[in-house]
Amino acid sequence: MSPDRQTGSPDETLSGGHTVEFPGGYTRSTGPVIGRFLTELRDGRIVGVRARSGRVLVPPTEYDPHDGSPVTGEFVEVGPAGTVTTWTWVAQPRPAHPFTRPFAWALILLDGADTPLVHALDLGPDSGPAPPRRLRTGLRVRPRLRDERVGDITDIACFRPEVDRITAPTRLDYTIRAGPALTRYLDAQLEGRILGMRSRHGTVYVPLRDVDPTDGSPGTEEVELPDTGVLTMFSVNHVPDPRAPEVPFVTGYVRLDGADVDLLALIGRVEPSRVRTGMRVRAEWLPPEERSRTRPSIRWFVPAEKGEDDR
Amino acid sequence: MSTPGTPPPTAVPPFPRDRREGDVAVVAFSQTRHMAADSGAPEARLVHTVVSDVLQRAGIDRGDIGFTVSGSLDYLAGTPFTFVGALDAVGAWPPISESHVEMDAAWALYEAWLRLRHGDIDTALVYGFGKATQGDLPDILTLQLDPYYLAPLGIDDISLAALQARALLDAERVTEADLAAVVDRSYAAARANPYSAQAGFTPDTLLTSEYVAHPLRPGDIARPCDGAAAVLLATGDTARRIAEAQGTRPAWIRGLEQRVDAHGPGARDLTRCDAAERAAVAAGVGAAPVQVAEVHARYSHQEPLLRGALGLDDGVEVNPSGGPLGADPVMATGLVRVGEVARRIAAGAAERGVAHAAQGPCLQHNLVTVLEG
Amino acid sequence: MSGRPVAVIGVGQTRYRTRRDDVSIAGLVREAALRALEDAGLDFADIDAVVLGKAPDLFEGVVMPDLYLADALGARGKPLLRVHTAGSVGGSTGIVGASHIASGAFERVLVVAWEKQSESNATWALTLAHPMSTSLVVGAGGYFAPFIRAYIERSGAPGRIGPMVAAKDRRNALRNPYAHLRIPDITPEMVEATPMLWEPIRYLEACPSSDGACAVVLGGRTAARAAPGAPAWVLGTAMRSEPIAFAGRDAVDPRAGRDCAADVYAQAGIADPRRDIDVAEVYVPFSWYEPMWLENLGFASPGEGWRLTESGATAIDGDTPWNPSGGVLSANPIGASGLIRFAEAAQQVRGAAGDHQIDGARTALGHAYGAGSQFFAMWIVGSECP
Repeated sequence: MSPDRQTGSPDETLSGGHTVEFPGGYTRSTGPVIGRFLTELRDGRIVGVRARSGRVLVPPTEYDPHDGSPVTGEFVEVGPAGTVTTWTWVAQPRPAHPFTRPFAWALILLDGADTPLVHALDLGPDSGPAPPRRLRTGLRVRPRLRDERVGDITDIACFRPEVDRITAPTRLDYTIRAGPALTRYLDAQLEGRILGMRSRHGTVYVPLRDVDPTDGSPGTEEVELPDTGVLTMFSVNHVPDPRAPEVPFVTGYVRLDGADVDLLALIGRVEPSRVRTGMRVRAEWLPPEERSRTRPSIRWFVPAEKGEDDR
Repeated sequence: MSTPGTPPPTAVPPFPRDRREGDVAVVAFSQTRHMAADSGAPEARLVHTVVSDVLQRAGIDRGDIGFTVSGSLDYLAGTPFTFVGALDAVGAWPPISESHVEMDAAWALYEAWLRLRHGDIDTALVYGFGKATQGDLPDILTLQLDPYYLAPLGIDDISLAALQARALLDAERVTEADLAAVVDRSYAAARANPYSAQAGFTPDTLLTSEYVAHPLRPGDIARPCDGAAAVLLATGDTARRIAEAQGTRPAWIRGLEQRVDAHGPGARDLTRCDAAERAAVAAGVGAAPVQVAEVHARYSHQEPLLRGALGLDDGVEVNPSGGPLGADPVMATGLVRVGEVARRIAAGAAERGVAHAAQGPCLQHNLVTVLEG
Repeated sequence: MSGRPVAVIGVGQTRYRTRRDDVSIAGLVREAALRALEDAGLDFADIDAVVLGKAPDLFEGVVMPDLYLADALGARGKPLLRVHTAGSVGGSTGIVGASHIASGAFERVLVVAWEKQSESNATWALTLAHPMSTSLVVGAGGYFAPFIRAYIERSGAPGRIGPMVAAKDRRNALRNPYAHLRIPDITPEMVEATPMLWEPIRYLEACPSSDGACAVVLGGRTAARAAPGAPAWVLGTAMRSEPIAFAGRDAVDPRAGRDCAADVYAQAGIADPRRDIDVAEVYVPFSWYEPMWLENLGFASPGEGWRLTESGATAIDGDTPWNPSGGVLSANPIGASGLIRFAEAAQQVRGAAGDHQIDGARTALGHAYGAGSQFFAMWIVGSECP
């Protein structure tokens, strides 16, 4: 067949697939030095060769790349651990790449070697499109060897970071019983009430407690406090916390009207830059269906409505 | 980063030059409008376009050419001897004195320049061509690597370049902002270059795209094109005569040097380009001020790297054509660098320029041409 | 030749074998390079530039292998060039190396050409045609057989000439320790008894497929004076190319070959090649190409080449010995074969050809051709400085 239409227009010329593949693959004899490296690798060892200059070349070649001089016959076991000297993160691997999920290529200087080798670096199955934070020059890595080795550079499946941390999931189960005062305080919160205690010195503590912390004397009476007060101290937090709203968020101490001690509370619904010491705040209660006997029912304190801080 | 164990380079003095044998100049240059998609034009047609054009510009006949040499790569088409078919476009009858290198055509220029220095011929035709869109260039360039230790890994040219980019970032030689600036400038220049495949391309998407190989985004990476380029060289009075007839002046080759580095990225300090440094020193880049340079940076980070390696100060305009990011007709890209600089000198827009060509992983093999008006 | 004087000051070859399984690609190439350097009394550090030649990259599946081989050839920090001109590449590589020195830019250049055919299969690589192409899957033998048949018809040569050449070159190979094919007591009758592959080419009339490398060290006048061995001075170099197919082309007796010979003879002062050239190493991959090239190169008149072969003039003890090394018929690492011809020609005028030395050889021709008999590379070397 021959293309006989000479229109020159790209959408009218013929096209067809063309594959170049030598059946069975090229057969490459290795020679003594590469062969020694691959044989040792099949046995699970990584070796370099000493050049005349004294440098250990990894992977080993029959010559020093620096000047072409023949290497000595001395093979040196290196690694298996090494250090990343440069890296790239491949978010979308190509078909020829060793992974189908994101991974790194790296130059890795194995311990005892003077030249780094190129290989793939696996940072785990959770790797995403962005380079993992721990992937950096200087990272310590070790090879993962394949179980079935044949004597090929890919007998090293990849390298992985050295272990420098462990995660230790721990769990202990307890049953906690609140004392009578805390039980009454939380139950009252379910109804939207805040209970405190008046001590024999006349000071009002909140939350409700059994004894005066200054001398251990029992309280004299329960006191119901309003859900409004004054912010006495506060801080703007920029460190994320799973229990807190998005950073930055404000935590502060609230002196409820009529109380003599502060409640530690989150401050919400206000730009952190507008929070002031002395500002009037009031509790924002969780809706009744979200309240629970085992948790405070106040979500956070919020700036009091206009006029409420005129007191 | 300095690669541990890499011995410092020893200075090799340039071989003394004999200037009595007639200076050599670029007297004509032609390139195709490089295509990022296959237009269906065969290689021979691409070659015919630029060879006919360069002869017409120079006003000389095919039969007057003393020596012809080309550069191309069989693997772009996946068949042996692509240069044989291209010969059909050159007019090799009666038979011509002709040679070919399996290299970027800038090295064909090098062979022609050596040949002209014999003193017995006064013109040489150099051309390079390729249709890189037919296959997958990164996959092809994987086969360019050490066949025992690198190619079997499947690592590609882009990933290797990214290792180099990371090394430069770690060494604080460049920032990601620098790379973005190179991309911006290259695409802006390419939009003004009628031969660029990227004319009309908007770079906004390139800078915000996902990384291909961190820290390289699509815009940091040259897109392989189909294209060809041709250069006519001439000596002494012949060069002056041909230039005068065109209303231009010869772009004299005052230095032409090429050096290769060790192959593996592990055998080199990737934050430097030792081979380019050596070639630039030998070619005498620093002997006088340079106004313009075209460098063969297929990746954005290689432009600042080469600027340093070639000893070009901040005042030198680099890649006013848009460079390889603007158009990368693989195997002709290096020759285009020479042509672009020569064109500016011939027109009087610059007095002294530097053209750089490269091939191999992470700028392994470098060629430096110094051109003067 | 033009430019500064150039001499061959070192030659190194590997043993040519079907498979050199004992070495890597780099090891194969270094074997020849280190031997050439030793012959020249030099080390990698003394070399100014390296020129590498090889046939299509598809043979080994390594793209632009000069890049990978740079370290192995001590080329780091030096100029490197990779030549590829089809089957003539080994010759072209030698010429490009000589040009490095003739230009005045370099004093000592290492030239290496190689092929490791055992990594794949040359016929597979040579017949990788694109879809929509009209080429026939025949390989080199099938491609050249029609030209050979045309020559036989044109010249009236008797059928025995091909087997004569095949036996002669293989007998010569027994004197060459590097040669690949070694067939003791080979005769034309033995050749005629082997199967027909591509009529009229029989099995033993075709070149083998070899692994191997050849290297030469070239030097200028200063380097030649300092060399331990006798230099071979390059008296002329020439390359010619013509298109593969066009109306009126003579593929049997191509004009590119004639023009190339005329050019190199003029440079070297050769008026009558048969008289003025003492020994020739000519690219004869199929037996019949000896009589065909005898005519193309002007050693015989058109149609008379086969008579010269038949007379014994081209035998090792004839007046115009052709291929005393055993030639391409006895070893064919494709990319290196042309440089082997050039190197063997140099060894003859250096007096270094060992058991296949032609006594008193002072002027020798090295020849290579390629693709569709369309690319030619030749050099003339002599024992006297021009």
